[in-house]
Amino acid sequence: MIDADKLKGDFPILARKINGKRLVYLDNAATTQKPKQVIQSITDYYENHNANVHRGVYTLAEEATLAYEEARKSIAKFINAKPEEIIFTKNATEALNLVMYAYGMNAVKKGERVTTSVMDHHSSFVPWQVVSKKKGAKLEIMYVDKEGTIPDSELSKLENAAIAGVVHASNVVGTLNDVQRMANIVHEGDGVFVADGSQSVPHMKVDVKKIGVDFFAFTGHKMLGPMGIGVLYGKYEILEKMEPFFYGGEMISEVHEKGSKWADPPAKFEAGTPNVEGVVGLASAIDYLEKIGMENVRKHDLRLLKYAMEKLDEVGGISILGPKNPEKRTGLIAFTMKGVHPHDLAQVLDSEGVAIRAGHHCTQPLHEKLCIENSARASFYIYNDEKDIDALCSGLAKAKKLFS
Amino acid sequence: MERILELYKKPENFGEIADAEVKKTDYNPSCGDMVQMFVKLDGEKVADAKFKGHGCAISTASASLLAGHIKGKKISEIEKMGQKEIFTLIGIDLSKNPSRVKCAMLPLTVLKQGIKEMK
Repeated sequence: MIDADKLKGDFPILARKINGKRLVYLDNAATTQKPKQVIQSITDYYENHNANVHRGVYTLAEEATLAYEEARKSIAKFINAKPEEIIFTKNATEALNLVMYAYGMNAVKKGERVTTSVMDHHSSFVPWQVVSKKKGAKLEIMYVDKEGTIPDSELSKLENAAIAGVVHASNVVGTLNDVQRMANIVHEGDGVFVADGSQSVPHMKVDVKKIGVDFFAFTGHKMLGPMGIGVLYGKYEILEKMEPFFYGGEMISEVHEKGSKWADPPAKFEAGTPNVEGVVGLASAIDYLEKIGMENVRKHDLRLLKYAMEKLDEVGGISILGPKNPEKRTGLIAFTMKGVHPHDLAQVLDSEGVAIRAGHHCTQPLHEKLCIENSARASFYIYNDEKDIDALCSGLAKAKKLFS
Repeated sequence: MERILELYKKPENFGEIADAEVKKTDYNPSCGDMVQMFVKLDGEKVADAKFKGHGCAISTASASLLAGHIKGKKISEIEKMGQKEIFTLIGIDLSKNPSRVKCAMLPLTVLKQGIKEMK
């Protein structure tokens, strides 16, 4: 079992007071806080090892290159991929755009099917909408039921799709999608399946080989790592055939006046000086998470989900979005309170030191489908505990009283 | 704050003006709030102003107060209004809450767009 109180000590920011109150940070689906181990790894990189990677033949350059490539190995191992299948990007959005531009724009043909879901984050929705418009393909959108899950009847929209992109876990309804089953359906029609793992990888053990997806994107800052570092996993045989996304240094094997040849993956997709500090920080974050164990992270989420769902119900006037069964969701709960706008809720909670998210969470199509304009969201991580949920609920009770 | 809550629960100047010269609807893209502004003119001056829509306490109160404030004012005076005037109107300085500035400014932004389109 995770001792959240003990872990809190590793996160300097959690000692901060907000409006005179203890900071209760519940916006982890937006970004998590960083432990001192991660902050220290970045400081250590700059204080002791900084040099440009893959170039100089001197000690510092060798150390920086080693740190960068060792990090790639540990990140690959974390999701059961090969190191050469790991491409570093700026964030998950860039990873998904890379797939859209370097794969989608070449592979999708006129009249073909491109599939996504209504619960997808804009970053996993807009690229597929754009590629289908530009290539004259048909965009299919899988809809959700009242519980925010994709019913079996919608899965036929994946059949014969040239490309399908779906979130592994929803950032609003929290639903865990069966991406393995979805990928199988797409593969039967020789299409390619792209999963956005931004909300799943930080919370559970993910094995990309087992789920069988072709591409998998996630971001470092939602899993204790720094901002500005994202990861794209791609099956090597697909990466090999793809054209580059960016052109420049580092991604070439030969450059002549009349033409150039590309390097092998992953270098082919990493033009220019990379974010070495980000990669080092992310490797340190993964190290931290592996010491805890991803199975324990998942158990901790389930414990908090069960507790929070009960406590939110006791506040009264709250409707929770998404599946009622905690096992079917990742560690977040979006909700609405009757008569109180989510922005106002968030502000009242802030006055109590409680940080939550309010708005449409970059999922306008989902909110339209659920017939709500916006929602409030509390999202958990390893350092949250029952006391944090109690603080959330007493803040909500205060808001309810204020607006009644 | 009290006044804002009061206006949120019971907005003033709420409704439509069928024969308004200025009619404009817009959204706050970050939260989906919607505001419609209606202005009936009498020559250069505002004869009546109303608003409709759905939003948070701050955007609703801002729309209520703005509609009340502009009655009798000239169009050119409205065009000169900015953040400072809105903060004074709602009685809160939001300069340290950038995310709420959009809520407060939405009604004036919509109104100004409507005036531009009428011209």
